[in-house]
Amino acid sequence: MSKIWLIAGREYITRVRKKTFILATILTPVGIGLLMLVAVYFAKKGSEENKHILIKDQSGIINDASELNTSTLTYQLVNDPVDSLKVNYADQNGDILVILPMIDSLSENAYQLSYYSEEKLSLGTIDNIEDAMAEQFKDKKIATSDISMDTYKSFDTDIDLENGEMLDQIAAGEEPKSTGKTGLLIGTMLGGLMGFMMYMVIFVYGGMVMRSVMEEKINRIVEIMISSVKPVQLMLGKILGVGGVGLTQLAIWLILVPAILFGVQYFMGGDIPMDAGMGSADVEAMTKDFDLSESGIAEYIKEFKALNWFLIIPVFVLFFFGGYFIYASLFAAVGSATGDDMGESQQLMIPISMPVIIAFMMLQPVLNNPNGNMAIFGSMFPLISPIIMPARLAFDPPMWQVALSILILIISCIFFAWIAGRIYRVGILMYGKKVNIKEIGKWLFYKD
Amino acid sequence: MSSVLSIKNVVKEYSGYKAVNNASFEVPRGSIFGLLGPNGAGKTSLIRIITRITAADSGQVLLNGKDISETAIRDVGYLPEERGLYKKMMVGEQLVYLSQLKGLSKEEAGREIKYWLEKFEIRDWWTKKIEELSKGMQQKVQFIATVLHKPSLIILDEPFTGLDPVNTNLMKSEIYRLNEEGTSIIFSTHRMEQVEEICKDIVLVEKGQVILSGSVTDVKQQFKEGLFNVYTDRPITTGGLSYDYRQAGDNGSIIKIKSGNTANDVLSEIIQSGNTVKAFNEVLPTLNDIFIKQVNRI
Repeated sequence: MSKIWLIAGREYITRVRKKTFILATILTPVGIGLLMLVAVYFAKKGSEENKHILIKDQSGIINDASELNTSTLTYQLVNDPVDSLKVNYADQNGDILVILPMIDSLSENAYQLSYYSEEKLSLGTIDNIEDAMAEQFKDKKIATSDISMDTYKSFDTDIDLENGEMLDQIAAGEEPKSTGKTGLLIGTMLGGLMGFMMYMVIFVYGGMVMRSVMEEKINRIVEIMISSVKPVQLMLGKILGVGGVGLTQLAIWLILVPAILFGVQYFMGGDIPMDAGMGSADVEAMTKDFDLSESGIAEYIKEFKALNWFLIIPVFVLFFFGGYFIYASLFAAVGSATGDDMGESQQLMIPISMPVIIAFMMLQPVLNNPNGNMAIFGSMFPLISPIIMPARLAFDPPMWQVALSILILIISCIFFAWIAGRIYRVGILMYGKKVNIKEIGKWLFYKD
Repeated sequence: MSSVLSIKNVVKEYSGYKAVNNASFEVPRGSIFGLLGPNGAGKTSLIRIITRITAADSGQVLLNGKDISETAIRDVGYLPEERGLYKKMMVGEQLVYLSQLKGLSKEEAGREIKYWLEKFEIRDWWTKKIEELSKGMQQKVQFIATVLHKPSLIILDEPFTGLDPVNTNLMKSEIYRLNEEGTSIIFSTHRMEQVEEICKDIVLVEKGQVILSGSVTDVKQQFKEGLFNVYTDRPITTGGLSYDYRQAGDNGSIIKIKSGNTANDVLSEIIQSGNTVKAFNEVLPTLNDIFIKQVNRI
């Protein structure tokens, strides 16, 4: 055991001392900060680019153009003839000219208007103008109908579906745990974050283990090493050492990244766009639900506190280590089998990378239905569970599933370490032989 | 004389191919022992079994009379033919690390390393990175790593390749010194002139089998062909009753005694023929000759 620590210690020290490590550890958060700065800068700059819109209303739809104004778009009604406007709208400080044609009937559901502009408009601007115009058309329709504005507004209905408080919790005198929408939102983000972290750790640090094994094999130091220690000790020491490097780096990032983000926010004095860097429609839809009023924030804090952190943190840590361990073992095996042939190692990495990628693809559907069949399968299948199970933790999965998943994780750790150890001990001494999966399969049954 | 290492009926098979085939031999304590054989004969496989890098399929390896175990292996130092070190590490920390893996404490390791660096006059190398050293220099570091935990058995696989003559001599004298202090040494090579110079005992392996073993003198005696070098005032150029002429030697002529005769018969025949004998000595085969003959026979 002491030899494993010696090996892990060397692996850790030599890596942490490297310039590349120090640079990557510091530059990554700085890079994220810079990205944020750029995002905030452009968000602000975008808001400064106002557009003045001239409207030629030939049907009297619009009463007061100024009530359409937004922070970026200002509207003004103009009366000049259409033909002269088309020529000189820019002379009247207009960036965009919108022409409402003569309309016979207000009973249509769709109308087509035209705009004129020197530059092509963005989709967002077009959307905004369309919405504003549609609102004006609706108001006009209501005004000419028998329905009063108040009556019309009373039709609008908003439904908020929250789950009820559990009777048993109330009976037990506990503060009822609600899993309202806010809770789900926090759970989804937390789950996504944990899944993503696992994904990154597996590839970044698993890959590091693989390269380290290849380096020892190419260097030929491995023969000296295993005349002093058992191959499996060397492999485990390496996995532990690189794992330590990973933890150090993540710990530094966990402190630096929020600090830098906070700094950026402080100096720019603006909100960092929640969806900066993320483009998916789901995220957009999710962030729309964010209620950043004072009561809304209080609600987040309450829900955040309501999460079962005593379950989430230890189980996440467990899966974090388990997942890393399983994949690092497999990467070590691949590294030992291939030596200096990068192409060969990439080929062998495909079967190992597949489950990680599948798990990552399963993440979104699982978060949408965290207790469905796919989620349950994902939590039990060993190569996928390190990404899926932690992502489900915020959704109170049944305890038996968590327990079974942990049990399977532990058994898989032992199983994969065993397999990898057997491949490793043959692989590191094998030179100049083309290896394929079949050949590696044979190694499993070689005698020690 | 007891054996430091006993190999008993060791077999190692790789997917149907017998790399070591029922090999048995003894390495006498305090010997410099040559492990010889052509390329691919199974030398490295044998060494890997001795160093516990791989395990034998069957048979026994005894170190100091006991089954070789994980703790016993600390008593062995191994310099592989394919050498390597961690390129980015400094000489000092690398040696400390390797000796710690052999069970030395940091302090012991430090003391020993200092001793050896001074011995090789490379004191200021402690903070040098391995990648800054030349191949020959790296080899010195590697040699130190092999011996600094004071093993009772050292296995050197082609230790002189890549060394200049000065450093070869330096290393050789260290090997002799260690041997005088009681360290047994296994020396694996196919450079026969080095074996002849350095080794006391040898074993010759081919196709995984031991085909010859014993002390260098005994082996030479075993394969002598009755050849003598005769230096006379009138050079011998033809055969006689008790001997055949072979060739002109460096100094005199090489003759071969006919069967049924002794050296005395030859001597008296030459003297009686009126020739004056200035020198008369037996010509023993070189290990190189024996090696080639034996390997070709298999």
